[in-house]
Amino acid sequence: MASQTLQSVPAEPSPARHEQSLEDAARRDAEGQAYFDKVMAEDSRIEPRDWMPPAYRKTLLRQISQHAHSEIIGMQPEANWISRAPSLKRKAILMAKVQDEAGHGLYLYSAAETLGQPRDAMMQDLMDGKAKYSSIFNYPARTWADMGAIGWMVDGAAIANQVPLCRASFGPYGRAMVRVCKEESFHQRQGFEILLELSNGTPEQKQMAQDAVNRWYAPALMMFGPPDDDSPNSKQSMAWNIKRFSNDELRNRFVGMMMEQVKVLGLTLPDKDIRFNEETKKWEHGPLDWDEFHEVLAGRGPCNAQRLERRREAHQNGAWVREAAAAYAEKQSRKQAEKESAA
Amino acid sequence: MSTAETAAAAAPAETDTVGHGDISVGVSGAGASGDGAASATRITPGNALRPEDIALAVSRGAAKPSDDVAEFALRVGDDALILAQRLGHWISRAPELEEDIALGNIALDQLGHARSFLSYAGGLDGRSEDDLAYFRREHEFRSAELFEQPNGDFAVTIARQFVVSYYQFELYRRLTSSTDATLAGIAAKAVKEVDYHRDHSAQWVLRLAQGTDESREKMIHGFKVIWPYVDELFRDDELTGRLSEAGAAPQPSSLREDFDRLTGEVLAEAELEVPHVQPAPGGGRRGLHSEHLGYLLAEMQVLAREYPGASW
Repeated sequence: MASQTLQSVPAEPSPARHEQSLEDAARRDAEGQAYFDKVMAEDSRIEPRDWMPPAYRKTLLRQISQHAHSEIIGMQPEANWISRAPSLKRKAILMAKVQDEAGHGLYLYSAAETLGQPRDAMMQDLMDGKAKYSSIFNYPARTWADMGAIGWMVDGAAIANQVPLCRASFGPYGRAMVRVCKEESFHQRQGFEILLELSNGTPEQKQMAQDAVNRWYAPALMMFGPPDDDSPNSKQSMAWNIKRFSNDELRNRFVGMMMEQVKVLGLTLPDKDIRFNEETKKWEHGPLDWDEFHEVLAGRGPCNAQRLERRREAHQNGAWVREAAAAYAEKQSRKQAEKESAA
Repeated sequence: MSTAETAAAAAPAETDTVGHGDISVGVSGAGASGDGAASATRITPGNALRPEDIALAVSRGAAKPSDDVAEFALRVGDDALILAQRLGHWISRAPELEEDIALGNIALDQLGHARSFLSYAGGLDGRSEDDLAYFRREHEFRSAELFEQPNGDFAVTIARQFVVSYYQFELYRRLTSSTDATLAGIAAKAVKEVDYHRDHSAQWVLRLAQGTDESREKMIHGFKVIWPYVDELFRDDELTGRLSEAGAAPQPSSLREDFDRLTGEVLAEAELEVPHVQPAPGGGRRGLHSEHLGYLLAEMQVLAREYPGASW
């Protein structure tokens, strides 16, 4: 079969090949598609310079930039408690965690940039409300126990979602996920530890922990996205080896994990319908309020306005700094060029 | 903007052999002094002196500060703690993602130093780092007023950081040969980290002073706001006199010449002058603080004080 000789086709037409005619372009597309199909069939990787179908590029750009935005907006609910962390050790851990999230945002923006969109443009879309980010971050972090619940449940759900993404067909995304997942697993453990400490603390502390678990449970489950029969993009993403498991599959698996861990915590999950289905060998959970999910997604959640305003404010306040850095860099390179031409 | 440069400041390359010369800005003194093999980012966990190690040594009686050393450790520990609290506010609010990371890193370093110094100071009477951080009142804090000055805009924060890191570098460098082994150990770790802080702030002073007209104006304003609090850092008193005699810590005034020379080199390159402002009388070392500290402590201590005796 011809596929043995198929080679990567560059995403950009090479000027040397004088590919000007429509016919040439069509041939490139056909060759590119053939290579792409082979990569998909072999479950191998597409790299930024490879030809890829425009819809694949668009889907990835949307998904990776949304993921990056989620990291950046996700810094806010936890940054809310840095100044009030109840011990210096917890303060240090929390600072490091929020800092990690900025780092994740950076890797992910960089991965998205390889698809051809600069970070500034992605940021602008976020601030203009054109780009989405994970709905979960539109809920408020009301108490210190929320730092535990966010780490344990929100980062836990993120890990369940992201571990399969380490094998995503787009190279930069998969590689970014490997590093992100390693750090996320620390984050989850620190969240679990916060809850464990509270649960073993005073009755008030234990109540604080239970209350946080109650509030974050349903939003965390909804992080996996709408139910499978209402998730139009999932099928294509699975065909492209971006997504490996369906929303419901991941969600059910996550519920099972939490059920084990919540026992160790000495807390409960606010869902009396959780059960292990012996026939399907899968965990099941009670109904989720998808209307609320769509409301928050549409911008009508408790903190949507606050989160975006904070991002805009930081961006605007920093504009003069970025301009200064750019101007300075330009002056320096001009000086360097003058020095070289004089030499 | 020069993303690569700021990212490099936050995450030094693994391949450095001398200091962190890959991000050198050509300023002598800024990042030129570190021992590459001993980079703060490459200390293995087994070798680094952690606050927990100090707390353990103190609780076992393996390390115990004298009255004077404990008081001194409170001063430097409080300086670092208050600054960490200020810097932490920038996380998620910085001008660029790279700066969220860089300022977060500096805050974390300062917090680490604070925890070590406070754990040691508490060894005198059995108080923990958290007892000292969360359950002392305003007049019991011993930080100099510079550290509690509000963040202001980015230029004010950079001006404060520039002064702090050049001061701390000179102090910690001398403390590495303290007759008090624990102080020397904490300083040996801290000085490597503070060296990066010098580099970070020196780079920003240059960028802001020579970037745009607006940024230059703001940098000049930042130094003007901060400079009144510089003198307090270098004031000797009875405690420092005794410590100096015992070889435990230098006289603050003895750091001034190096501080002036090294900051002067950066300011000269940035074409800035030392601001002509009157020094504030200070008083933080005796517990007399500016009006800002009370609010900072109220926020920092609120949760711990709501649940006294609780474990977190």
